[in-house]
Amino acid sequence: MTMLNKLKTLLFAGIALLSMAAHAQLAIEITGAGASRFPVAIPIFENEGALPRAVTDVVRADLERSGLFNLVDLGLVALPESVRPDLVNIRARGADAVLTGSVIAQADGRFDVRFRLFDTQRQSELGALAIRMAPAQYRNTGHRIADFVYEKLTGQAGYFSTRIAYVVKSGGRYELQVADADGMNPQTALVSREPIISPSWAPDGQRLAYVSFEAKKPVVYVHNLPTGQRNVLANFRGSNSGPTWSPDGQRLAVVLTKDGNSQLYILNSDGSGARRVTSSGGIDTEPAWSPDGEWIYFSSDRSGGAQIYRVSVNGGTAQRVTFQGTYNVSPRLSSDGKSMAYISRNEGRFQVAIMDLATRQTTVLTNSNRDESPSFAPSGRMILYATESGGRGVLSAVSSDGRIKQRLSIQASDVREPAWGPQPKF
Amino acid sequence: MKKYLLPAILSAMLAACGSTGTSTDSAAGVSDAGAGVTTVTAPGMSGSGIAALTDPNNILSRRSVYFDFDSFTVRSEFTSLVDAHARFLTQNPDMRMLVQGNTDERGSREYNLALGQKRAEAVKQALLLLGASESQIESVSLGEEKSRCEEATETCFAENRRADMLYSGEF
Repeated sequence: MTMLNKLKTLLFAGIALLSMAAHAQLAIEITGAGASRFPVAIPIFENEGALPRAVTDVVRADLERSGLFNLVDLGLVALPESVRPDLVNIRARGADAVLTGSVIAQADGRFDVRFRLFDTQRQSELGALAIRMAPAQYRNTGHRIADFVYEKLTGQAGYFSTRIAYVVKSGGRYELQVADADGMNPQTALVSREPIISPSWAPDGQRLAYVSFEAKKPVVYVHNLPTGQRNVLANFRGSNSGPTWSPDGQRLAVVLTKDGNSQLYILNSDGSGARRVTSSGGIDTEPAWSPDGEWIYFSSDRSGGAQIYRVSVNGGTAQRVTFQGTYNVSPRLSSDGKSMAYISRNEGRFQVAIMDLATRQTTVLTNSNRDESPSFAPSGRMILYATESGGRGVLSAVSSDGRIKQRLSIQASDVREPAWGPQPKF
Repeated sequence: MKKYLLPAILSAMLAACGSTGTSTDSAAGVSDAGAGVTTVTAPGMSGSGIAALTDPNNILSRRSVYFDFDSFTVRSEFTSLVDAHARFLTQNPDMRMLVQGNTDERGSREYNLALGQKRAEAVKQALLLLGASESQIESVSLGEEKSRCEEATETCFAENRRADMLYSGEF
């Protein structure tokens, strides 16, 4: 067994143990990886034994899970941040980049974590950062370091510090949960005996809008996660569903049936000022804002089968977006507004597809049968969605090129309705 | 991988050129903003039925209207049932009804919610045509969320393509 494999095995064993310790946690399994992985060395940080757990374990697990990196093991030797490492030697051992770091205790009980990233091929420094943290924040810090490495090496923002929301069903019990993007630290926001669907993150990352059936009909709530305070956003006569926040967090698009069939409306975030956006004889549902706040993408049966359209937030004539096949639903836009993820039915199978909105080129990204509810990571590379495995609902993530695949599951529970939260502000 | 990496390295090198050597940022504190989540339990519900409406010998105890696949029209075999409920509503103007539409589990949850709404609305419109009053009936959808039958079989799918009529006190 090579050192690298040994390290990987140790990492996976660590993840598995943690999953068992905290029950009902999402266990993540990598089911596909990038064609070529970038070799990077993340040796232990100087003095990280002073922390409750090693911060570099978190960094390695994040980078490994992304499917883009190969972790090169340099042995149990700490490379201090203050010393320029022997880049020639490290390169000879197969790493094209190396992260050095030190953990420095502060008088107030906190720690400074200082780290530097080097390119061993060009013998150059790629950047450095210091993070001050309380000991218990080692996981947050690890995610931020992984974000730093990921961004420096891929040119795209990392997503390891983000959170996800999802619904767990076990027996007749529904829980709306929020966890870190690696499935750790799951917390329950709402418990109900009736279904909960369609969670949607406010851009502030503090509030979720969702649909709850606790009143024997679908009603839209806005829920403040830290305080647990929930307000009814929309409880009009008929059904209320599909909430999605405008990019500025001031308004929400929702689906109401107060005037007949399901139609799109825009409300202020306190529920006031309902304004109808579409007027079709059929179904208009699943609104999704474009990142510039100008358009609402939605699914509709106005042409017979379910297809995706877009309409200006000011209303007017809708433009059809999807043309292939007879069932295209659940549109979601990437943060750069260039791509649309959606669910497409292909020969009876429901699969995650992506459309380049400029060229209208479409690609089916998955090979599963029951995919639902796609949701982009804020950096746009990964798409989280719900699917079925072994008769149970599981969450999966796929990269926008279809190569990297991960599965997130909870033992003996149905997990569904995932929503990837916004990039946190530090 | 390379095509992603190259611009990153170039930009990082440019950045490194700009700041010479000591590029360690000032200690940025880790913020705990948003880490806390308070658990809330949703209130319970479920009222009790009314005797006359639950007598199995009375047609009014039958509450379900079934639909064909991808269809939203009330089949003729349900005309007498809908007619009986419309008459009951007409004779009891204070009585309220909630029509809940349902779908099978295939496809998007939100889209199915909209399809279930179409079924509930079809039953409501039939009741209105037969004399019930608009203010008495609310049509809502449960989509695929409250399926009566959970197997992926055609019999099960058919059982779930349904609208149910609930009276005051039952919802």
